[in-house]
This record gives sequence, C-alpha cells and structure tokens, in this order.
Amino acid sequence: MVADVLTGTFTVKSGHAQMLKGGVIMDVVNAEQARIAQEAGAVAVMALERVPADIRADGGVARMSDPSMIAAIIDSVSIPVMAKCRIGHFVEAQILQAMGVDYVDESEVLTPADEQHHVWKHDFTVPFVCGCRDLGEALRRVSEGAAMIRTKGEAGTGDVVEAVRHMRAVQDAIRKLRNLPDDELVVEARDMRVSLDLLMQTREEGRMPVVNFAAGGVATPADAALMMQLGADGVFVGSGIFKSGDPVSRGHAIVQAVTHYNDPHILADVSKDLGEPMVGRSVRELSEAELLATRSV
Amino acid sequence: MNIGVLAVQGDFAEHCHVLRSVGVAATEVRLPKHLEGLDGLIIPGGESTTLSRLMSLYELREPVAEMVKRGKAVWGTCAGMIMLANEITEEDPVPMKLMDVGVQRNAFGRQVDSFEQDLVIKGLGDQEYHAIFIRAPVIIRIGDTVDVLAALPDGRPVAVQQGNMMATSFHPELTADARIHRYFVSLAGGPAYDPEAPLIDTPRVR
Repeated sequence: MVADVLTGTFTVKSGHAQMLKGGVIMDVVNAEQARIAQEAGAVAVMALERVPADIRADGGVARMSDPSMIAAIIDSVSIPVMAKCRIGHFVEAQILQAMGVDYVDESEVLTPADEQHHVWKHDFTVPFVCGCRDLGEALRRVSEGAAMIRTKGEAGTGDVVEAVRHMRAVQDAIRKLRNLPDDELVVEARDMRVSLDLLMQTREEGRMPVVNFAAGGVATPADAALMMQLGADGVFVGSGIFKSGDPVSRGHAIVQAVTHYNDPHILADVSKDLGEPMVGRSVRELSEAELLATRSV
Repeated sequence: MNIGVLAVQGDFAEHCHVLRSVGVAATEVRLPKHLEGLDGLIIPGGESTTLSRLMSLYELREPVAEMVKRGKAVWGTCAGMIMLANEITEEDPVPMKLMDVGVQRNAFGRQVDSFEQDLVIKGLGDQEYHAIFIRAPVIIRIGDTVDVLAALPDGRPVAVQQGNMMATSFHPELTADARIHRYFVSLAGGPAYDPEAPLIDTPRVR
C-alpha cells in the first residue's frame, strides 16, 4: 500500500475553506471572546489585538498581533483560529504559520507592508484568505496562492454598503464571463490583469475557483442573510459582534441567520431583542485616507 | 431515490453535487420537516461545534435518530463522523450516540497537518482511494458490530460501517471518485454498487 502523505497541498488548503461554508467567522481580541464566539456557533475565530472599529479610532500603524495573545486564543478554543498579517509581510505570515494558526488573513485592515507585492502564498503550508473588491482582484490573489477569498467591504464601519457593492461586482463579473466568447476573453484577462487560463477556468466553472465569504460592515442577522442571498459562501463579522450591546445574543443570531438565510420567518425571529447594534459610521462620511478597501489591490 | 444532506453548515453543496452526478436526487436539510420522504442522510464536513448547536436548536437530533431506527442509511464525513459517534474525547460538541465508536477530534493536529493519502477501502475493489483529511477526527474505540472499511498504515480506523450507518474521517465529496457515494446509495436502497462505474466530473467548490 502506498503510504505517501501529502501536506500543505492546495487541495487541503482550499478544502479547509469549504468546511467553513455556511458559517460565521468572528473577530475576537482575547480568549474570553473566543470562547463566547465558539459558544455562539462560530466556525472559526479571527484573533487580533484590535477590531477594525478600534483600529480606525486609534489610527497609527496596525500590525500583526502579539503572538502570546494569539497563542492564548489557540489554547482556549477547539475551532480553527485565523490571524492577520499585513499585506506583503511574508515574515509575519511565517511567524503565524510557525505558531500553528489555521488560516492567515493577508488583510487590508492592517497597514500594508508592501504596496507592490502580496505574499507569495504558494510557499506556505498554512492557507491564506485575501480580500477583493471585484473578480479581477480575487483572481490575482488566487494566482498568488490564496485558498479562500472574502469580499472586502469596508471594515469597522458597520455599514454594509461596500460589502454589497463588492459581492455584486464579483457575481456580475462571473455572470458576464459565462457568455463571453474566446476572443473577448483575451481582452477581459488583460483588463483584469489576470491570466487567461485562470479566467477560462472561472468561465468554465461559472464561479470563483475558491470559497468566497463576505466581510466588512456586517452588523445584523439581516446583513448576514443579505450577503448570503447575494451569493456569499459564508460571512466574516469583525466589529459587529463584540462592539454591540449584547455580543452573545447577536453572535448566536447571526450564526442562525447564515444557516437560514432564505427563510424570512426564522430571520425575523432571530433578529428580535438583540440590544444595540454597533454604532457604526456611514462609509460616505469617510475621507479617502480612511478607506481600507482601496489598499494594495 | 432521494438523499438528504444536512445543510445547517459545512460542505453540503459538494455532497449534493456528487449525489446528483451519480443520478440521485439530493435535498438540503435545515429543519426536521426537510427529512420527510428521504431514503438516507449525509452529515457533511464542517465545524462540529457549530453542527452540534444548530442540530439541537432546530430539533434535528431526534428525527435523525428516528431515521436510523427505521433502517434508513446515514453517513457522516469528518464533522459528520463526530456527530454520529457514541462518545468523543471532549465535552463539546455533543454527539448523537448513534454509532458504536469513540472519536477524537482534530486527531492529527492543526490545519498545517491536514493531508492527502491513498487508502484501500474494503468493498470498493483493489484500486486505492485518494482520501483528503482536513483537521480530521479519528476513531479510537470501535464496537463489536462495527466493520472497519479503511485504516491508516498505523492501524487507526478512518472509515467504518455499522449496519446502514457509515462514517469517514476524510472527505469523499472533495474528489471526483464517487465510489463511496455510490456505495452509500446502494446502502440506502439504490442500485447495487458497481466498481466499474466511471469517475464524475470535477468536484465542486460550491
């Protein structure tokens, strides 16, 4: 019998994202929040020192979290633990991989370390998730080795408008692609700055080549269900849970909303009595410099 | 023939795709009423703590146990195996105690330790099966009436059958090799297993 064991393959990386589908990944800043998230039914937690709303409020340079804080979260829950590295900061990614983090988010929420290059993710055994605003950006990240994509939205605002814009952009591009003849596909690949092969594969399959979650601005069960109905495979909730009045109830409600996203009666039920949502900031009130989604695309 | 796939969370769409590719109707199951009229049920891969909570909350445990009692075929992959177990090494999640096996979650370590390996599976012919293990559980205790279909080289069972119930540590729904799905469909009362049946089209991501 062949006993060859393969680890770190793209299949096990992208396969892990497939197991997260239909689930909610919650930002947590300490072990106690991680336990609350697991109890609420999160499929994974994102360990970080400050949620995006606080990164916005505090300003300054946002970096990878302290490894001891990430380690404490890893020890406190049995569900997968994700953590963020700065865009292009492959050494932060190496550190996160060495610590046994289950997924690395190369995230625009942190201050980019490289404005030209993203991490070459094929070199890692740990899988990566990356943000996108449209299909071209998503496929560029997949070319670099991302095993999972999330639409960026605008993190830390509690305003879902950008998440909707980005998810619609991705879905519309895929719908358009399905009817595109070969000769026009060449031009499309050039405009999107992606390889023709990857674009052909995407057209053939009629979908993103990896799992695609929604992120950036989801604050209510209805927001989460909206993103699912628009075609998300699952939802990241950053500041929306632990910046709200009652994180336990809200987390639990958003988990149920993602499962039953097509059932308005259940959505009505789980949306009741959740206390105050996070305060939020309208994306339209943000200055150009405050936008996170436009970083390193 | 209509097989349900528990769709509260996890890679249920992949299982539905394989089932439909082998000519079987597939139904997503989120509520007890979706179980009516099904010939069998698959509990997919996903996060077992999440499955455990949502199965309790939406009262799916009893009707699934009822299906097993009535002799319907039920199969759990990865998190699904954990849910079918009699006992696991942790207090959370809470398994359904339907199969006489003990299971350890995340038995191989963290995601960086997830792996692919070829296995010989009893009843599927000589050709090896390419198995994908993702933060996989393993069976650490096995009851007298449970049959081991596949084990790792170190002897730990990763595919088992007990009557009309099956459990696999790995994810057949992520490959184009539909032999295990065909085998399960035969358990559920569908056409007899044909080891010569062709591969299906590429597996789906969603």
